[in-house]
Amino acid sequence: MGNLTHELQGVPLNHYIWLSAIIFTIGVVGVLTRRNAIVIFMSVELMLNAVNLLLTAFSVHNNDPSGQVFVFFIMALAAAEVAVGLSIIVMVYRNTQSTDINVLNRLKW
Amino acid sequence: MGTSVFYFVAALSVFFSLMVIFSKNPVHSVLYLIVTFFTFTVHYILLNAQFLAVVNFIVYMGAIMVLFLFVLMLLNLNKENEPLKSNLVKIVGVIAGCCLIVTIMGSLKATSVSDPVVLTNPNLGLLKNLGKELFGPFMLPFELSSILLLTAMVGAVLLTKKEKV
Amino acid sequence: MIIDLVWLVPLIPLIGFIINGLGRNTFSKGLIGFIGSSVIFISFAISIGIFLALGADVNKSHEVFLFDWISAGSLHIPLSFLVDPLSAIMLLIITGVGFLIHIYSIGYMHSDEGFGKFFSYLNLFIFFMLLLVLGSNYIVMFIGWEGVGLCSYLLIGFWYTNSSYAAAAKKAFVMNRIGDLGFLLGVFFIFTTFGSVEFSKIFPQAANMLPGDGTIALIALLLFIGACGKSAQLPLFTWLPDAMAGPTPVSALIHAATMVTAGIYMIARSNLLFDLAPMIQHIIAIVGLATAIVAAIIALTQTDIKKVLAYSTVSQLGYMFLGLGVGAYNGAFFHVITHAFFKALLFLCAGSVIHALHHEQDMRHMGGLRKKLPVTFITMLIGTIAIAGLPPFSGFFSKDEILAHVYLHDKVMWGIAVFGAFLTAFYMFRMLFLTFSGKYRGTHHAEEKIHESPKSMTIPLIVLAVLSAVGGIIGIPEVLGGNHWLSHWLSPVIKHTAESPDHATEYILMAVSVVGVLIAIAIAYVKYVKQSHVPVPDEAKRSVIANLSYNKFYFDEIYDTLIRKPLDAISVFFYRIVDKKIVDGIVNGIGWGTSESSKGLRLLQSGNVGFYIFMMVAGIISLLLYTYLSL
Repeated sequence: MGNLTHELQGVPLNHYIWLSAIIFTIGVVGVLTRRNAIVIFMSVELMLNAVNLLLTAFSVHNNDPSGQVFVFFIMALAAAEVAVGLSIIVMVYRNTQSTDINVLNRLKW
Repeated sequence: MGTSVFYFVAALSVFFSLMVIFSKNPVHSVLYLIVTFFTFTVHYILLNAQFLAVVNFIVYMGAIMVLFLFVLMLLNLNKENEPLKSNLVKIVGVIAGCCLIVTIMGSLKATSVSDPVVLTNPNLGLLKNLGKELFGPFMLPFELSSILLLTAMVGAVLLTKKEKV
Repeated sequence: MIIDLVWLVPLIPLIGFIINGLGRNTFSKGLIGFIGSSVIFISFAISIGIFLALGADVNKSHEVFLFDWISAGSLHIPLSFLVDPLSAIMLLIITGVGFLIHIYSIGYMHSDEGFGKFFSYLNLFIFFMLLLVLGSNYIVMFIGWEGVGLCSYLLIGFWYTNSSYAAAAKKAFVMNRIGDLGFLLGVFFIFTTFGSVEFSKIFPQAANMLPGDGTIALIALLLFIGACGKSAQLPLFTWLPDAMAGPTPVSALIHAATMVTAGIYMIARSNLLFDLAPMIQHIIAIVGLATAIVAAIIALTQTDIKKVLAYSTVSQLGYMFLGLGVGAYNGAFFHVITHAFFKALLFLCAGSVIHALHHEQDMRHMGGLRKKLPVTFITMLIGTIAIAGLPPFSGFFSKDEILAHVYLHDKVMWGIAVFGAFLTAFYMFRMLFLTFSGKYRGTHHAEEKIHESPKSMTIPLIVLAVLSAVGGIIGIPEVLGGNHWLSHWLSPVIKHTAESPDHATEYILMAVSVVGVLIAIAIAYVKYVKQSHVPVPDEAKRSVIANLSYNKFYFDEIYDTLIRKPLDAISVFFYRIVDKKIVDGIVNGIGWGTSESSKGLRLLQSGNVGFYIFMMVAGIISLLLYTYLSL
């Protein structure tokens, strides 16, 4: 396997950044255009993963395992975030019968 | 074939992530997201980050996405009942996204890092290496993350519990 | 040794103040009077002990250290007392005359509601006055200085329900502040020049300096301004006549015998500094002389018995300053002592008359009181002779000593001063005759109620009258066969002694002033006894000079136009424009702007989460753009 992976290497670092930036932006656009709280949540997960990928790429490029450790931490954090976030959404749905974020426009003043 | 595998998988990633945000049915979105995450797992393998690939596969695709799906089904949201945002908002959102990518790219040009990513240490992404790292310099954050997860668990239970009237 | 117990002298009146102040509504009047007077008497007894001990001691200067009060950097201000001939004699005057006036007040104030308040204030005044004369540095002196100013304010405005009395108190306070500022600045300059405020450190340094030093002159000038305020000299004298609004014992104690002489005490204490500034001494002499003459002229036509005495006080203070200015510190201080006796006596006599006539102060409604108030008449006669300066009464010796030195200094000044003495004799006898001789000019109803004052009032009068008569004994000059005990006594403090004129000249000078005084008395007698002349009512026409005199040279009006009105205008400007419009405008404007802009800004909080996210993204983009552009 070592040979195979080695053969697959050599992609310019910029292209990893491009890929991450594009995925990240797709996440941003999702957050901006959708109204369903769960979909927004998923877009946030997309953004997180884009960052994860970039961290891994840099970690390999710099031969530094810390980057991958950080990815691990981000995954732990994402798991916690999803658990809490989804329970909030469940609560909101229970109270408003909807997951539309525009219903939550009382969060003002 | 070489680097063409990367570009193929990257194209899949972008395509499926676009599908995530543009599909009307949230359940479809979740399913596309799972596929997207699968492509990410492939990327990790390509980078020889085997531990992350496995964790991504299990935690993201297995646990988190199932949680999403579970909530969607539980709340019976698998209909296309989402009221659409006005086109103006969508256009603005897309334009904002484009602006974001343009500025990011602009910044990248300025830094101009363009070396090829080449694995010098084949053991870098292996479990043994990362384990030493995790239980060495990152001992404290690792332990703290366990508290974070515990807190999240307690919080989730507390939030979803029905209040006694 | 008793000198080490000197701290008891001011402490006991302070205790009296606290007791009387706390018990003013609960204690009986007899108890309050007893406490108030006895504390002063104890102080007086200790003062006598100190005086005798100091006389027997070889060392004439004792510094009694109590505690370190302020200690910061190179500045050390201990609370310590200086017992030397000068302060010892001041102690005797303050506690002695103060004690008599306390006794007198028991009778004078017996029907006043504020009896307890009055005695507590008087005790407090004595405390501060003692602090003033005992302080061994300028700061302690300044505390006493301000404290007596405060008590003066409180006592002038004692009947504060009368708004003109309250205004008089304010006037005295403000005018004193002007002088106090000068004093305070002087003390600061002293500190920067000598590095200390202790007398014992300043004067030895000053003794080695040469006359004419600019800084010393400035210090002397500032101290003199302070003395001007406190001792009612031109141009700050107008508060003193108004201060007669206070009860008469207050006028006698504070505004005749003690507080107003604080300025003379301060200059006599700092005589070494003033000797180094001949220029300032000259100014002092001129100011003193001008004050003496102006006040004497004003006194000629006043009809209020206390006002006459007030202007007479101003005039006599002017003589003291004249003495200080010509270097006759001994003479000036001698005059302080004799003046304390006879002016306290005169005020108390006036108080007795006012008391007998039920608070009638206008001399046009008096007359013929000689038979009805015999004790008051005799004592007042003695006081009047003393102030007029007829031998062998006390005023003669002190005034003549000053005049003799003035003669050596400047012949013209001497001439004016003698003329002033002539005027003094005239207006004092005018007052005496208007009050006591002729027929009673008040209503018949009031006449029947006239009665001699009680014992508590007449005994102090008699004691003071004796002192006024024989007080000159402490300073009989050599030319008259004495040895001038006072100047020997003060010699450790006042090293500088102006030379005396030769004997023949001195005899002539004395004769001239005595003859002048006798002529003045004769004129007064002819005018007010033989011709029974009575001053015309307020609205009557007067000659130009009489008008000027009657209206006090329009000093109040001039100050009103020159100082008060512009100040008022500036104050109104600052109040209406600067404070109301600009300062308030800025403050309110900021508040208004904040609340208004928040009202606008909170509309941004639409509650639309999508919009929030959009703004967040916009923020991220702009941050990225900024970093990109700045790269």
